[in-house]
Amino acid sequence: MGGPLLEIDDLKVDFATDEGTVHAVGGVSFSLEAGEVLSIVGESGCGKSVTAMTILGLTRGTNSRISGSVRYQGKELTTASNDELEAIRGDRIAMVFQDPMSSFNPVHKIGDQIIEAIQAHRDLDNKAAKKKAIESLESVGIPDAERRADHYPFEFSGGMRQRAMIAMALALEPAVLIADEPSTALDVTIQAQIIKLLQDLNQEQGLSVILITHDLGVVAEIADRVLVMYAGQVVEQGSLDEIFYDPQHPYTWGLLGSIARLDQERPDRLPQIGGQPPSLLAPPAGCRFAPRCPHVFEKCSELPDLKERVPKAKGHADRCWLSPDEKKKLREVDGRIGLESPEAVA
Amino acid sequence: MAKGDPILEVDHLVKHFRIKSGIVFDREVASVKAVDDVSLTLHEGETLGLVGESGCGKSTLCRTIIQLLDPTAGSVKYKGKELVGLSRKNMRPVRREIQMIFQDPYASLNPRKRVGQIIGDPIALHGLASGTQLRREVQQLMERVGLQPEHFNRYPHEFSGGQRQRIGIARALALRPTLIIADEPVSALDVSIQAQIINLLEDVQEEFGLSYLFVAHDLGVVRHVSDRIAVMYLGKIVEDSGADELYDKPIHPYTNALLSAVPIPDPRQNSARERLVLEGDVPSPIDPPPGCRFHTRCPWSTEVCTSDEPALLDHRPEHLAACHHPRNV
Repeated sequence: MGGPLLEIDDLKVDFATDEGTVHAVGGVSFSLEAGEVLSIVGESGCGKSVTAMTILGLTRGTNSRISGSVRYQGKELTTASNDELEAIRGDRIAMVFQDPMSSFNPVHKIGDQIIEAIQAHRDLDNKAAKKKAIESLESVGIPDAERRADHYPFEFSGGMRQRAMIAMALALEPAVLIADEPSTALDVTIQAQIIKLLQDLNQEQGLSVILITHDLGVVAEIADRVLVMYAGQVVEQGSLDEIFYDPQHPYTWGLLGSIARLDQERPDRLPQIGGQPPSLLAPPAGCRFAPRCPHVFEKCSELPDLKERVPKAKGHADRCWLSPDEKKKLREVDGRIGLESPEAVA
Repeated sequence: MAKGDPILEVDHLVKHFRIKSGIVFDREVASVKAVDDVSLTLHEGETLGLVGESGCGKSTLCRTIIQLLDPTAGSVKYKGKELVGLSRKNMRPVRREIQMIFQDPYASLNPRKRVGQIIGDPIALHGLASGTQLRREVQQLMERVGLQPEHFNRYPHEFSGGQRQRIGIARALALRPTLIIADEPVSALDVSIQAQIINLLEDVQEEFGLSYLFVAHDLGVVRHVSDRIAVMYLGKIVEDSGADELYDKPIHPYTNALLSAVPIPDPRQNSARERLVLEGDVPSPIDPPPGCRFHTRCPWSTEVCTSDEPALLDHRPEHLAACHHPRNV
């Protein structure tokens, strides 16, 4: 078929609140190719979840204003009617949410909830739908799936519930899975299982995945391409290797630098990013990271475009006025990538 | 680092929660073995990290140590003084010296009190200061933890998660404690804010001469702050060792699995290393597996693991582990 599966172009989402208008997403563009794992990273409130929910039309409401475009295989979704959207949502594009404890209805059996999802989209009788539901539970590694389908959510552990959630999302063999922090609420050993499952689904069935997370470790494990979001905007995007080994935006340096890592000697102090993310009620006029950036200079009062700035690196774009050569020098802190030396912050 | 005297000694501590059934007879039908025979020592000025998955008993252990829960058996000594069985009145001066920092900065601050009150109340309750002196002290504390002292009259909801955790830290420091039990102090925070809070905790540790019992499930964070680390699984300590040694040469397969489950933020290293992905879930602490509690998920388990419980033994100097098939020795 060619062409990207999903194209998001200059997406903006505003919410009207009592305090004023929250500019949750401020012009996000990206595309998702078939068979790709795209990861969106950023801290809470950076707009990553709102972006994902807007793709599926879940942020539509009287208090929201959406502009820009979301196209699935060329079809515009932002202006699609609810019926048209319904045919795609859950069927071609499925979503898994962060909290496996509250995503299921507690008073219905897991199997029945999956059957309901199947029958909402496919003309199948109860028996056939149940068979499909059980197959789907088996495919995500739930042992004894036939019996487990008759269990209620509370009888499942957190990890099992997240598997069941993924089974429900995959029951209709969607082309795209949007996973919003799918492993954040889980323990590390269970998280490893879920990541492995997503990896297998991507490699064996060619499932395209948008993985939203704040954990760069998880990203390093599974993503092909990475978008780094800050305060409602993409500040950097590139391939996995570009983001981890040649990061261009100071915020990305800060993120990479501030993790307490198991694979390196422990530093005396953790490099930190000072300050806090800005309020999205009134985001800074220029570069949104400027108030926290130690490398700020005059030009930063103007908002830089997201564009390719590194020579010969197609697809590697960022929003920072510094030249690639300057960045190479500045991001090197005590022999590793970081925003600035921790002593400077103290 | 030169070792100080032991400040906290936990000896064979047990906390079982009884599950009762029946209205009239109140029979005990089972018990949740949340903490089962745990021994730990924390030396003055040190940080002891405690890691384990949810439900392994970390938080119950903390609460039992400070006598918020009555232990079923065992002993807790603070500076050589037995705390188990101490009356409320006699416990009170000890409470001044042992403080807690909680995980959820949204739930651990009273939303109806002003920040100044939240931090100042412990001081007032213990009769240490009042009036303008109290206010001055609170403002000094706020400044020390990186809050603006003029925000004295604000409510918790006016602060972000990271700032709220700073309020929690200021409250814990208010009584000049010597021991702080921090139960997942950074796990609810974003990475960039986590680093800020960890650095703050380390700074005040030096400044106030604190010892920490630091509970977390993030092994990267625990290694960064700890001198020693104890690994807990289903109510038991399975390994206890110096921080760096635990990461370089883990003995217990569970520690091994935990370490290998942590994703490393480096794509090339990640694909190069061998991973041990554990199957299945943590069993229920109501009916823990016989023998070694980890045998149901352990790739190296044998006959003996299903019947005999391994003792926590010294496999290397200062490095204890409870396993029949120790690694790296």
